[in-house]
Amino acid sequence: MLFNRKHLLGLEELTAEEIQMILDTAVPFKEISERQIKKVPVLRGKTIVNLFFEPSTRTRTSFEFAEKRLSADTINISTSQSSVVKGETLVDTARNLEAMKIDMVVIRHGASGAPRFLSERIDSNVINAGDGWHEHPTQGLLDMLTMRERFGRLAGLKVGIIGDITHSRVARSNIWGLRKMGAEVGVCGPPTLVPGHVRELGVKVYPRVEDVLAECDVINVLRIQLERMQSNMFPSLQEYNRIYGVTTRRLRAAGHDILILHPGPMNRGVEIDSDVADGPQQVILKQVTNGVAIRMAVLFLLAGGKPAGAAEAASMRE
Amino acid sequence: MNSPSRDRLVLDAKMIERTLKRMADEIVEQNQGTESLLVVGIQTRGVNLAERLVQCIQQAEEVRVPTGKLDITLYRDDLRHVAVQPLVRSTDLPSDITGLHVVLVDDVLFTGRTVRSALDALVDFGRPARIQLAVLVDRGHRELPIQADIVGKTVASAQNEEVVVKVREVDGADGVWIRPV
Repeated sequence: MLFNRKHLLGLEELTAEEIQMILDTAVPFKEISERQIKKVPVLRGKTIVNLFFEPSTRTRTSFEFAEKRLSADTINISTSQSSVVKGETLVDTARNLEAMKIDMVVIRHGASGAPRFLSERIDSNVINAGDGWHEHPTQGLLDMLTMRERFGRLAGLKVGIIGDITHSRVARSNIWGLRKMGAEVGVCGPPTLVPGHVRELGVKVYPRVEDVLAECDVINVLRIQLERMQSNMFPSLQEYNRIYGVTTRRLRAAGHDILILHPGPMNRGVEIDSDVADGPQQVILKQVTNGVAIRMAVLFLLAGGKPAGAAEAASMRE
Repeated sequence: MNSPSRDRLVLDAKMIERTLKRMADEIVEQNQGTESLLVVGIQTRGVNLAERLVQCIQQAEEVRVPTGKLDITLYRDDLRHVAVQPLVRSTDLPSDITGLHVVLVDDVLFTGRTVRSALDALVDFGRPARIQLAVLVDRGHRELPIQADIVGKTVASAQNEEVVVKVREVDGADGVWIRPV
């Protein structure tokens, strides 16, 4: 099979085979991060711009590690450093960068669809590192890799996503990806933060967090975005913890082993208790490790194996 | 093993077995024993051949030489041109290969580009005292100045032919053929 895409904009548009290929490719890439010399020359000579219009530490750093481990040259640009503050449009920023002969753009943007908008206007490969409320495909992929490592499969797994579903690009990428791979997905959160149409995506809505824990093999606990507290989406952090918090007591009551994921950063004592966040069931740091491998796999697949020039290359192979 | 009649048989299963035994002897002889020896197969069939060479050495010397496997996909110089998406396989070497006598094993030596990639990959893991190359078949047509130290069989092949190596671990049976492309 050939991974023939130029961009990674979301998991909604990928086939199950393409998702499988990214996950399979990420596995050997994990080994590179274990080496003394954590570098392979596969993207040598390529220039990648990490264009971050929203704050990010984890995702930006993870992409940067992935790029550097594949020997690419990288430049990081955040909103405060760019001419965006002078009123330059997204597409003008990107075109100017492209005029400096870049090869790939990793973009995070507060507006849903910004990566697609960009991909339709520039020649470089575009990778979505999170856009508005839309998707965060590499997070969805690293979550799936982490689950597959534990269970050896995704098909048939029952995965619960708890928290602010409405505003979560992680939830959306998880739902698209996991459903395609044959997992069952359920969501749970305050009614103000669970969109009514989520059922149309084939997702079960659980009113009580206890019910999700009772039924699911995996729980993905989303960060409660404290900034949204201004808009009265739920009464208080204490009340959120009381009703929807993933606590040791609730995990014990579930009566079976549940894998706990969290995309980070965590609000300890709000959506997840510290005991759980540091407990034996969580794989939060494994997610971070897998994130680098997934991003290496995505960069590798988008950059390599182009069908053009295959004929003359055939004679070079052995 | 059955193969279309237009294919020319170069080595059958029995001949491969004899060839590997002789190659194993040469490895031991050239290294004056098995001290500090590491046999590394290049993915995919090189790994199987490396394992068999180690078994031959074990039968003759009663010493189990350590093995490793090396994937060179990420070191290829033609990544952007290949027709089929390259599949990245695992690399598994001792954490430090510094000071070891590494024998790199592959099924076919052709242009030399795979071996160049393998050398690049190997030195990322340390600084071996010596690297030798052992191949089951040398078919010529080198594009780089690379030669094997231990060769199972040298065959004359045309550019428009391919050398097909099958091993029982992957293909169900052993054999080497030359096939017109």
